[in-house]
Amino acid sequence: MIKAKINNLLIEVNDGVSILEAAKKAQIKIPTLCKHPDLPPGAGCGLCIVRIKGTPKMLRACCTPLEEGMEITTHDPEIVAVRRTVLELILSNHPNDCLQCGRNNNCELQTLVADFGIRDESFQKFLPNVAKDDSTRTIVLDAQKCIRCGRCVTVCQEMQNVWALSFLDRGFCTRISPAGDIKLADSPCIRCGQCSNHCPTGAIVELDETARVWEALQDEDKYCVVQIAPAVRVAIGEAFGYPIGTNLTKKLYALLRRLGFKAVFDTNFGADVTIMEEGSEFIQRYAHGKGTLPLITSCCPGWVDFMEKFHPDMINYFSSCKSPHEIVGVLAKTYYAQKKNIDPKKIVVVSIMPCTAKKNEIIRCEEMYASGCQDVDVALTTRELARMIKQAGIDFNNLPDEEADQMLGDYTGAGVIFGTTGGVMEAALRSAYFMLNGKNMEKIELNQIRGLEGVKVAEIQINGKKIRVAVAHGLNHVEYVLDKIRKAEKDGTEMPYHFVEVMACLGGCVGGGGQPYGVTDELRTKRAAGIYQNDENCKQRCSHENPFVQQLYKEFLGSPLGEKSEHLLHTHYRARPVYSK
Amino acid sequence: MTQEENKIMLDEIASLVSKWKDKEGNLIMILHELQNFYGYVPRPAALELSRALHTPLARIYEVITFYNFFKLEPPGKHIISLCLGTACYLKGSAILLNEIKGLLNVEEGATTKDGLFQLDVVRCLGCCGLAPVIKIDDKVYGKVQKSEVMGILSQYNNHQEESVK
Repeated sequence: MIKAKINNLLIEVNDGVSILEAAKKAQIKIPTLCKHPDLPPGAGCGLCIVRIKGTPKMLRACCTPLEEGMEITTHDPEIVAVRRTVLELILSNHPNDCLQCGRNNNCELQTLVADFGIRDESFQKFLPNVAKDDSTRTIVLDAQKCIRCGRCVTVCQEMQNVWALSFLDRGFCTRISPAGDIKLADSPCIRCGQCSNHCPTGAIVELDETARVWEALQDEDKYCVVQIAPAVRVAIGEAFGYPIGTNLTKKLYALLRRLGFKAVFDTNFGADVTIMEEGSEFIQRYAHGKGTLPLITSCCPGWVDFMEKFHPDMINYFSSCKSPHEIVGVLAKTYYAQKKNIDPKKIVVVSIMPCTAKKNEIIRCEEMYASGCQDVDVALTTRELARMIKQAGIDFNNLPDEEADQMLGDYTGAGVIFGTTGGVMEAALRSAYFMLNGKNMEKIELNQIRGLEGVKVAEIQINGKKIRVAVAHGLNHVEYVLDKIRKAEKDGTEMPYHFVEVMACLGGCVGGGGQPYGVTDELRTKRAAGIYQNDENCKQRCSHENPFVQQLYKEFLGSPLGEKSEHLLHTHYRARPVYSK
Repeated sequence: MTQEENKIMLDEIASLVSKWKDKEGNLIMILHELQNFYGYVPRPAALELSRALHTPLARIYEVITFYNFFKLEPPGKHIISLCLGTACYLKGSAILLNEIKGLLNVEEGATTKDGLFQLDVVRCLGCCGLAPVIKIDDKVYGKVQKSEVMGILSQYNNHQEESVK
């Protein structure tokens, strides 16, 4: 333990804790625009300078560890003046179009400038002449708004191991860009959107597609239906003042109806169907020796893109099953359309997702048009939905609870836990156990694969046999698992795992790139807790128990992995170039 | 890139990687040698190097664009180094710079469309007594007047035409 004084307050912290962190423990907030709790300090912005007694220079609190006996001043007139100048210098390279910016009222730079009461332009404005890049159709990169804090670059390179973004050039010319100033769509970008979630300003935001949804809702010729992903229900409340992790499923159903959707479905229903298919795939491979093990999950479009670009040798292990919202989409335009006697061409399926990559998934290959038209028409992020709610003038907080629409709306606890790391695996194992044993597990919670550890490994006993599973999240943790698989392949030894789950974002979808800003591990944990609570409150907690899923197979699909299921619910993967330019 | 050029590139990179593979700071050394080989770092070579060295292309471009020394475009046939150092500047080299930019329709650090000239701005060529100084390839021109620029450049133009004939 280290004892030191911050603003004359005696504090005690662990060895190695930065002054910035230590100050937080003393209820002192030192401003910063580059340090993010997910990331190592980058010392990029220069706002967090503090004075240490006996040291002539001001030092950056983010990258200076607290030392025994230090006497630190975090705020005095000179320090505040320096910080003010830093902000003014940042502003001299930053456009003033806050009112039309995607981060208006939600921008870390704007907030600090407001807090410091900066009213004048103290330095001549110099704006680099760079065009916006919306080539990915998922995120929009506006390098002119970049303050070069480096968060997105660190996220892309170190957290996600994608290396689409980099800092090119230096000095005044420094810019965030893919290698060689190509468009993001031609780069390795997997569209996970983590850069947009960590950006302090509007330099990287999600592509706003709310206008398309408003237009469809106004079109009397269209039949608009909507679905919400598991992780959205525990995060949307953050935009409306709810405690983090509050489950607002039933308010969301009511809200979406009031926005004008003719039917409100739940992606969790699709998740239950995914488990029927993926669980059966696992049984095929594990118990009947058809196909290769380990089975690797494929619900996460960021992960699928990553695999196709960087690890195409893993294609054979992948589950061919589509992701839950694609399943709801295709079923809405086939099963639901037939039962309700609606022309599928008139149906518009909107998915509310915690994810930017879903915007790309809906057009990624021809299997996403299995219904005869595009199965999901628009994918909106949680952030876009929050804006729609506010635009519509609906008093979200006081809405009554409502239920989802039947056939594609009811879900089990297994469906909802898809929204967090380990959830897909847990849901699959609950049903795989049943498929192998004819009865449910005695304890269906698999705590070994819950939580935020980067790679979680467990052994599950089924019929006296051990099923070895691995769960990875945050793409920098994937390599460890894949290397073990490759080694076993090369040595001809037994595979280290039978079943592998990967989600591209840290914490899984609760920490998705389309979720409300300000994500930290604490927040991921709280959102996940909301999801696990929802699971516990469900009457049925295993996908195979969902009566509407049973009905779907009986009336429409036949059996899991049957001909119709294969056609509608499964897809293919192919190797893609890391760089297309 | 022809098949033959591609093979030469693959061989060159394979030999550079095997030479530097286990040494610290190898990326910069390999980029040096690649630039010596091509006069710049062509994108196909950077992509191949990324594969062979298991280094992300983004990292390679971060290094290339950080150092002025590395080029991403092929160099011009003739390199014009125009000095904007103190002495040359006071003697009017900024006027010469504008004259060259106008005559050749080229920006600082760039190469003319026909690839004949590359215009680099430098600070001091070590012969301030001759200010203002222009160097083209290895030949130094001292006490240059604005009116002389056209004549100097046209020597290289003619030379090019002759060599084409």
